[in-house]
Amino acid sequence: MTENENTLKAEAKNLSFYYGAMQALNNINLPLYDKKVTALIGPSGCGKSTFLRCFNRMHDLYPGNRYEGEIVMHPDNIDILSSKVDPIEVRMRVSMVFQKPNPFPKSIYENVIYGLRVRGISKRSILDQKVEEALTNAALWNEVKDRLHDLAFNLSGGQQQRLCIARALAIDPEIMLFDEPTSALDPIATASIEELMDELKSRFSILIVTHNMQQAARVSDHTAFLYMGKLVEYNDTKKIFTNPEQKQTEDYITGRFG
Amino acid sequence: MRFTIEEMRTMIARHKRWDTLFALLGILCLLAAILTLVVLFAQLALQGIERIRPEFFTSFPSRNAENAGILSAWVGTIAVMLVTALTAVPLGVAAAVYLEEYAPKNWITAIIEINVTNLAGVPSIVYGLLALGLFVYKFDFGQSILSAGLTLALLILPVVIVATREALRAVPGSIREAAYALGATRWQMVSGHLLPYSLAGILTGMIIGLSRAIGETAPIITIGALTFIAFLPHSPISGTFPFISFEWLKDPFTVMPIQMFNWTSRPEEAFQLNAAAAGVVLLVMTLAMNGLAIWLRYHMRKKIKW
Repeated sequence: MTENENTLKAEAKNLSFYYGAMQALNNINLPLYDKKVTALIGPSGCGKSTFLRCFNRMHDLYPGNRYEGEIVMHPDNIDILSSKVDPIEVRMRVSMVFQKPNPFPKSIYENVIYGLRVRGISKRSILDQKVEEALTNAALWNEVKDRLHDLAFNLSGGQQQRLCIARALAIDPEIMLFDEPTSALDPIATASIEELMDELKSRFSILIVTHNMQQAARVSDHTAFLYMGKLVEYNDTKKIFTNPEQKQTEDYITGRFG
Repeated sequence: MRFTIEEMRTMIARHKRWDTLFALLGILCLLAAILTLVVLFAQLALQGIERIRPEFFTSFPSRNAENAGILSAWVGTIAVMLVTALTAVPLGVAAAVYLEEYAPKNWITAIIEINVTNLAGVPSIVYGLLALGLFVYKFDFGQSILSAGLTLALLILPVVIVATREALRAVPGSIREAAYALGATRWQMVSGHLLPYSLAGILTGMIIGLSRAIGETAPIITIGALTFIAFLPHSPISGTFPFISFEWLKDPFTVMPIQMFNWTSRPEEAFQLNAAAAGVVLLVMTLAMNGLAIWLRYHMRKKIKW
């Protein structure tokens, strides 16, 4: 697999980010390929979640945050960090799965279709079809098809996280962000989410933050190692885990620090 | 240095004496508060019980204590509470949503926030004076149900705002982020998630506010509620088109605490019994409202566990 076969989906260019006066990201350049999984690894506080949350402009929700540089989204070449681009437009194209499952206190059905409701879709037949499609793709349909109108809170943790994935899938995103999606789950639920990610990457580009190096090695095609807000190394996952170029990367993945 | 078992046991027993002592002290303090209330209520009830008959609720006040009732008072109280609730709740909830979700975090917002909390501590008579100048004279609403309802709404507005803000804050940030991440606008997030999930807290705040308003006397006297009213306000339903009438808003009125005040200031012993009976009714109304608030909170929260 060479880089030439990959289509670029998005690209961070000289991206820096500030929480008030505190600089959290320092001049990061990183490509994101279509139908590929890119993993972000690094010790706690290195800025990987901060970086991920730039892609759907989550930082705009809180005062005092500031971006520098660009994230260009292809094929339309839009800088999604530009103040001229509405963050809501960005979030309609880029969906996100969070660290802890965060379903709404509503029925399973209402959870899945919330993104469609927001877009003003209310035709029952479309919604029904989308619910089945999203839940099937999130490998949850068979478990919940008989109780779509039960509260989402009655599901187990792993099921809730797959529900959140279905909710993010229902809006047909171009990029899907996963912020440590399995850190609150047991190993079996984790395995099912990882399997799911592998199936889903045929539809869009995936960016995942993970603390778990085996997970990065298992699910991703490319890996970026971040340290203290800087990109230390970016390469094919295989290369990073077998033969990293930087000493720091090697130390981190072999568990010598971090 | 190691204690022997004997030494340890003596020491623990000595320390535990403080536990017992404090538990006793706590029970005593609790009893002092609860017993006072119970005795007060029992005394009122014993005094007033013989007056609490159906006629007591269906009669107007009278010069004859035996025939006097609280019809105009409870109807007035309900009418005033209706105006208060319909004004204070939308205003208070909207203000709270703005402060929590929309307002930029700057010094102006900070000053407003501090003052909202301060407003809750303003003596109610001051609201009465404000309302007398503003509603009764300036807006020319007169000494009416409308003026009284608006006055009490001002009085409980801070309570509603503070309770609503707390209810909104109890919704976890992860739920807000989930909605925003799916492309929701602020208003879609507020109307589709925040308000429904915090409804129990908002309703509780409203009821606690209203149960404070229901017993307020000073501001209502200040704006000129009458103490002796032998007629009912206009009916809200009229025989002619459009069948709904708002005449009652402009009617003079009395409320339960004022009726009580009027009776207690009479020299005749018989009227004291009426006052006690009205007190029991007012207390039961307040307790019922608080009970409703607790019930609502319990049942609506059952569905939502963060």
